[in-house]
Amino acid sequence: MIRGLGADQILFIVGALRWTVTLAALSLVIGGVAGFTVAIARVSLLRGLRWLAAGYIGLIQGVPALMLLFLAYYGLSLAGLELPPLAAAAISLAFYVSGYLADIWRGAIQSVPWQQWEASGSLGLTRAQQFRYVVLPQAVRIATPPTVGFAVQAVKNTSIVSIVNVVEVSRAGQLVNNTTYEPFRVYGLVALLYFAICWPMSLLASRLERRLDVRRQR
Amino acid sequence: MPFAFEFGPVIAHADTIADGVWLTLTLSAVGILLGLGLGVLLAMSRGLVPRPVQWLLDAYIEVIRNTPFLIQLFIIFFGLPVLGLRLDAMQAAVLTIMFNLGAYATEIIRAGIDSIHPSQIEAGASLAMTRLQVFRHVVLMPALARVWPSLTSQFVLTMLGTSICSFISVQELSGSAAQVESDTFRSFETYITVTVIYLLLSLALRLALLLLGEALFPRGSGLRRLVGGRR
Repeated sequence: MIRGLGADQILFIVGALRWTVTLAALSLVIGGVAGFTVAIARVSLLRGLRWLAAGYIGLIQGVPALMLLFLAYYGLSLAGLELPPLAAAAISLAFYVSGYLADIWRGAIQSVPWQQWEASGSLGLTRAQQFRYVVLPQAVRIATPPTVGFAVQAVKNTSIVSIVNVVEVSRAGQLVNNTTYEPFRVYGLVALLYFAICWPMSLLASRLERRLDVRRQR
Repeated sequence: MPFAFEFGPVIAHADTIADGVWLTLTLSAVGILLGLGLGVLLAMSRGLVPRPVQWLLDAYIEVIRNTPFLIQLFIIFFGLPVLGLRLDAMQAAVLTIMFNLGAYATEIIRAGIDSIHPSQIEAGASLAMTRLQVFRHVVLMPALARVWPSLTSQFVLTMLGTSICSFISVQELSGSAAQVESDTFRSFETYITVTVIYLLLSLALRLALLLLGEALFPRGSGLRRLVGGRR
C-alpha cells in the first residue's frame, strides 16, 4: 500500500542516522589503528616491511569499497564466523579506511624534514624516541586537515553497506521509498542528512588547512 | 567441513564478466571525459560569471562533495522521473558520474589555475598572444599539468566508484559479479576474481594516465614532479 511521507517515515530515516554515525566512527577508529600501523611499516627501515605496507595500500586503493564489503561479507562466513551484516560492514569499511589513512599519514611522516631525525638522533634518542617525541608531533599537525577531509569520505562511504541490508540512512531511505514512492523527497532528505554531517567536517578541514599554511609561512 | 576453492564455475562465466569489464570501461571513459570537460568549464568560468551564478556553482560543488555518490545516483535515477525526466539506468549512471566527477575536477583544476602567477598572463599578453592563446597555453595547460597527479587519483576513484552503478541494475563489472554469483553460488570466488580484475583495471588506468600526462604535458613534467598535486 502506498502511504504518504509522514512524520513516522521521516523519524525512521533520521533515526537510522545512528547506524551511519556508528559505522563511520567504528571504521575510522579501527581503520585508524590499522592505518597507523601500516603507515609506520611504510616508513620503516626494513625494506621488506616497507614493500608489504606499500602493497597493502596499493591493494586497498586499487579496488572498490563495494568489493571489500562483499569479500568481508562472504569471506567471514566461509571462515566460520557467523557475524551479523553490521560487523562485516564495519570490518570492510575499516579495511577501506586503513588503506587511505595509512597513505595520508605516511605522507605526513615523510614531510617532516629528515634533519629532524638527524638532530634528534645526535641527541642520543633511540629511533622509537625520535619518532615519538620529535617526528610524530610535527606529523600529527600536518596530517590533521587531510585526515578530517578523509573522514568525510568515510561517512559517505557507509552508504554502500545498504546493499547487505544494514539499515543506515541510505537503506532506511530505500525502505521508506518502497512504501511511499516519493523518491525525490525521500532521497532529498537522505542527502540533506549526509550533508548536515559532512559539510561542517569539510569546512573544518579547509579551516585547519588554512591555519596550517599561515603557521608555515611565519 | 573445510572450504575448497572452486574457480571453475566462475571461469565458465567469463563472457558475463568480460561484458561487465567492457561496460565498466565504457562508463568510466565516458564519465571521465564528460566530468573533466565539466570541471574545466566550471573552473574556467570562475570570475567570468555573475556573482549569483557563482554562488549556485559553489553550492553545487559543496552538495556533491558532501553527499554520497549512491544518493546522487538515486536522486537522478528515481527522483528525476517524478519531475518528468525519465532516464534509463545507463543514462542516469553516466549523468551522475559526470556531475560527481565534475565537482571534484572543478576544485582540483581551480587549485591549478590559482597556482599560475598573474605575471605569467601579462607576459603572455606582452608577447601579443590573443586572450584565447593566453588562456590555453599560459593558464589551462600548465594548470592541468600541475594537477595531473591529483586528477589521476580522482579518475581512478571515479572508475572504482562505477561499481556503485550496479545498485540501479547497470550490468557493469560488479553487476556482472552479482549475476555470476547467483548462477554459480560461488560467492567468494566470484568476488575474489572480480576484485583482482578491478585491481588490474586501476593499475592499467594509472599507467595510461601517466603516459597520457607525459604526452600532453611534455615540458611540464619536471615542474609537475616538483610542485606535485594535492596528494
